[in-house]
Amino acid sequence: MTADIAVLAEGLVKDFGEVKALDGIDLTVRRGQVVGLLGPNGAGKTTTVRILATLLQPTAGRATVAGFDVVKQPDEVRRAIGLTGQYAAVDEYLTGRENLRMFGDLYHLSPKYVKERSAELLEWFDLTEAADRPAKTYSGGMRRRLDLASSLVAQPSILFLDEPTTGLDPRSRLGLWGVIENLVQQGTTVLLTTQYLEEADQLAEDIVVIDHGRVIAHGSSEQLKDQIGGDRVEITVVDPAAVGRAVEALGTVSMGEVLVEDLRVSAPVSGGSTVLVDAIRALDSRAVAVSDLQLRRPTLDDVFMTLTGHAAEDEAPAPQAKGRRRRSRGGEDA
Amino acid sequence: MTTLSIAAPVAMKRPVYGWTIHDGLVVARRNLIQTVRVPELLFFSLVQPVIFVLLFAYVFGGAIPVPGDADPNAYRQYLMPGIFGQTVAFAAASSTVGLAEDMHKGLIDRFRSLPMAPPAVLIGRTLADAARQILVLFVLTITGFLVGWRIDNGLLNAIYAYALLLLFAYTVAWIGAWIGLYMPNPETANTAGLVWLFPMTFLSNAFVPLASLPTWLQYIAAWNPISALVLATRELFGNPTGMAGDNFWPLQHPQLYTILSCVVLIALFSTLSVRRYRRTTSR
Repeated sequence: MTADIAVLAEGLVKDFGEVKALDGIDLTVRRGQVVGLLGPNGAGKTTTVRILATLLQPTAGRATVAGFDVVKQPDEVRRAIGLTGQYAAVDEYLTGRENLRMFGDLYHLSPKYVKERSAELLEWFDLTEAADRPAKTYSGGMRRRLDLASSLVAQPSILFLDEPTTGLDPRSRLGLWGVIENLVQQGTTVLLTTQYLEEADQLAEDIVVIDHGRVIAHGSSEQLKDQIGGDRVEITVVDPAAVGRAVEALGTVSMGEVLVEDLRVSAPVSGGSTVLVDAIRALDSRAVAVSDLQLRRPTLDDVFMTLTGHAAEDEAPAPQAKGRRRRSRGGEDA
Repeated sequence: MTTLSIAAPVAMKRPVYGWTIHDGLVVARRNLIQTVRVPELLFFSLVQPVIFVLLFAYVFGGAIPVPGDADPNAYRQYLMPGIFGQTVAFAAASSTVGLAEDMHKGLIDRFRSLPMAPPAVLIGRTLADAARQILVLFVLTITGFLVGWRIDNGLLNAIYAYALLLLFAYTVAWIGAWIGLYMPNPETANTAGLVWLFPMTFLSNAFVPLASLPTWLQYIAAWNPISALVLATRELFGNPTGMAGDNFWPLQHPQLYTILSCVVLIALFSTLSVRRYRRTTSR
């Protein structure tokens, strides 16, 4: 293995009794990289992180973190990582400062270092004023920040963030994203799980999409979007009788199949915005009245729908066929 | 937002005996801070034994004769070591609930992702729960004095008796910890942590002389470590023992049997608990 690989998983399998949580996960995270593990609930994201963080043992396969085997050298792995879970795992009776001190002590760091580092982290996470209040009194966002601060006491080179912003309000989420981006700039390697496509898009350079314990796609956000086709022209016609003519019109600019869903007609295109002008001309010459027209870049949501046949935020994977039907969305800021 | 500028982490020197004691004390300190932050919890853990003293001393007391002691006040002398024994046994329940809560909140996951000694979370929990009993015993002792109980066999013996009680508290805390690691949630832990303690403490000589039990129950009660503990402390405090020719080995050697059973139980349940802890996660 090469020195610039921070996390390597090969064929990870995890059975919980009858249930196969992981069914052969391969994963590579290079040093300094941010990799997003994207998938619906139950896809195996958390199980993967737990194995990498030495909390669970894989049924089969192997994994190294910072060059150490997660099963055979758990202590070495633990010294290199920080873990922040889905819910804020801090002691709510201790103050923010006492929490950081406890975790620093348990990393076996010198008391002087722990004291300075705690003060610095509290400042950085905007918790200085609340530092000497029990964490019980903190808001959800403050607790999550303290949780993340706790995993940074020992300056880990690799950080596992398991759904770091689940349940946070938009403002706290943005704040936490800023912190994570800052850490990455300083060279921390991050493996992040999320079910928010927007979050993976925003933070991760490399995205691994998993579903039913398998990796179903892998690449940068742009690559994944390209994989399901590039831009689409999407129009909404006013008159249902005009749908046929609209399909014909878009057919003149389309690179593939033209899709119809109620009054909405869409077609894959290439050539950027000039194609819009062609589309408008074609529609105009066929006298199609249009209430909405846009050139749409695919979102990760589209990627997910195409790859898995169900939306990313579904509670349970729907037993839906791998259809091409697009999920309608009001806006891009879900 | 500023960037972090601090120097690289400075590690402490590893003690020759390893990190277990250091880490255990760190966790124990954390658990004791909790006690201070939630004084209500401590208060109510004191109320129950005090109520027991008053109930038994004034309600049941007159109806329970103490063999070999005709003094009408004898039951209160007899009762207090029984209450001490029962009370310290309930240290187990706080270990059960405390660990179930730590698991539920994801703290155990975080601890397990740290390079700390694996038994430390359990050692810290059991130590803190036993240490809390010092205060409980202090309050109970005062209550005992108020209802007429006396220490009648010298200070050294009394200190020895308190030490046995704390050893026993530490022992049952390990049993409680082991149970706690199997609890699916804190609510279940609240019930499961207590349910075995009532038969364990009542099937003993803590409140009634053994001779008043049916013969088959006498066997169970005699080998129940609580009986030996309570008898040992009665002797050490110089209180009536209520023994009437009971011929069971543990009750002929109560101090030895108490220490032996504590050592065996700690060895057994710490091994089982640590093994369970290494594999436990919040889900």
